Amino acid sequence: MDVFLQVLANGIMLGGLFAIVSVGLTLIFGIVKVVNFAHGEFLMIGMYLTYLAVTGLGMHPFAALILVVPVLFLMGALTQRLLIQPLLAAGDHHIQIFATVGLSTALINLALLVFGADIANTPPHGLRMPVEIGPVRVLVGQVVILGVAAALVGALQLFLARTRTGRAIRAVAQNRAAAELMGIDVDRLYALTFGIGAACVGTAAVLIAPLYPTSPNSGTYFVLIAFVVVVLGGLGSIRGAFAGAILIGLIDSFTGFYVSSDMREVAVFGVFLAILILRPSGLFGRQLRQSHVSP
Amino acid sequence: MLTLERVHAGYGATTILHEVSLAVGTGEVVTIIGANGAGKTTTLRTIAGLVRPTAGSITFEGQDVTGLTGHQMVDRGVTLIPEGRQLFPEMTVRENLLMGAYRRAARERQGETLDEVLALFPRVRERLDQNAGSLSGGEQQMVAIARGMMARPKLLMFDEPSLGLAPIVVAQVFEVVDRIVKTGATVLIVEQNVFHTLKVADRGYVLENGEIVLTDAAAALLDNDHVRRAYLGI
Ligand SMILES: Nc1ncnc2c1ncn2[C@@H]1O[C@H](COP(=O)(O)OP(=O)(O)OP(=O)(O)O)[C@@H](O)[C@H]1O
Ligand SMILES: [Mg+2]
Repeated sequence: MDVFLQVLANGIMLGGLFAIVSVGLTLIFGIVKVVNFAHGEFLMIGMYLTYLAVTGLGMHPFAALILVVPVLFLMGALTQRLLIQPLLAAGDHHIQIFATVGLSTALINLALLVFGADIANTPPHGLRMPVEIGPVRVLVGQVVILGVAAALVGALQLFLARTRTGRAIRAVAQNRAAAELMGIDVDRLYALTFGIGAACVGTAAVLIAPLYPTSPNSGTYFVLIAFVVVVLGGLGSIRGAFAGAILIGLIDSFTGFYVSSDMREVAVFGVFLAILILRPSGLFGRQLRQSHVSP
Repeated sequence: MLTLERVHAGYGATTILHEVSLAVGTGEVVTIIGANGAGKTTTLRTIAGLVRPTAGSITFEGQDVTGLTGHQMVDRGVTLIPEGRQLFPEMTVRENLLMGAYRRAARERQGETLDEVLALFPRVRERLDQNAGSLSGGEQQMVAIARGMMARPKLLMFDEPSLGLAPIVVAQVFEVVDRIVKTGATVLIVEQNVFHTLKVADRGYVLENGEIVLTDAAAALLDNDHVRRAYLGI
């Protein structure tokens, strides 16, 4: 029984990790309708920045938030403004895919150039210490990630539902042409949304860096799972992404323990494919609707 | 209030409007008549700042507004109630109306405006907390008009407000348009029901293949042979 609970706890912790990486991707996809293939590289850059802040400036990893989050926000907003927006204006909605894939590759190579292929380990400052919660043991840093992921989802939902800007962001997602007629500066809101999405993954980076090694390819693994989570949750649904992340975390953890650790990805992607076929709108998406984001 | 001078506009490389010149005076109700694809919607979208003129000039309240963007035109006081209603389906009616008062000047008075607008649309008041997507076509059109009025526009443009509605509902929409006109609003309207619109309007323009071919007082257009044959089916 205790083993089962431990595996369950591991799954939930892993789910929290996937959730915090996916939230920003969901937001960007749901509103701007851009699949940001460079999302993982945003994460990787955030992790390196955290590493630099902790080792170079002697900051506590959490203090690195004040540096990493604004930098990532800017990166996101500039990506939208300087890369995606001109392409959208040119009227080609497919080329953005190549653009973000290109950006992804460029960022990986930039990281190789600057940091080399070696692994950077961010000092954990106690975040790798285990805590006992009843019969299970997890890491302090994992609990923090789960808590922040949940808080981030809640905060984003409140922002979208209650604030004027949040309402305008939803309006743009539901009907871009009408939003323009309301006097909404759509390009500005797109840049803002992209920035917020990137800031979310910046937050994730700060929390992940003390637990996982950082390398130029760090983003690749996480982002693959993030795409699964986003599709599973119902494209553009933030709450759905959170639930989808926990589900994937559980599948990963249970398969790894009860079947074989080699089978984890087989199980995750098997479930992913099954859901794509049986419920293309995602587990938590209401209908096949691509033009909205639900809070 | 509004003047277009020899405006050319279109999409990408295709020019749709050729040398369109028209004017709307303060308090005037003006209509544009034309067949499908003549460029009526394009004209309204150009005025609203959603399509950039490639040549010619647009003046609004004495100022050159050529090439301003959509939100800049809303700030100037120009609002378009678009063809096909274009509500935010996953938002409540109230949220839709509040989006209408998004720009600062309108927002500062949004409570007051909301009361005024709802007085004009009692049916909309009953539906305030419902999702806009769940309303009937007629109700959606009412919300679209109410949302346009939330901006407190100086110039209100309608694009086919009766399109796709049942005859009874069409009558209700016309009634609302008539009431708005009676408040002294400045209106530019495109409407497939040419007969009704010409009776409400002061003046009209006839647009064919992106060119203005005729303009006159509305009453005169009602008697014009070409208009009667081509657009009134008489
Ligand atoms: N977004 C667009 N991109 C390219 N061409 C367009 C676009 N919108 C309209 N057109 C073309 O511009 C021309 C004029 O269209 P417009 O919608 O202005 O006509 P309309 O007079 O409003 O017609 P209707 O009575 O059908 O509403 C048409 O030939 C149409 O195909
Ligand atoms: Mg039209």
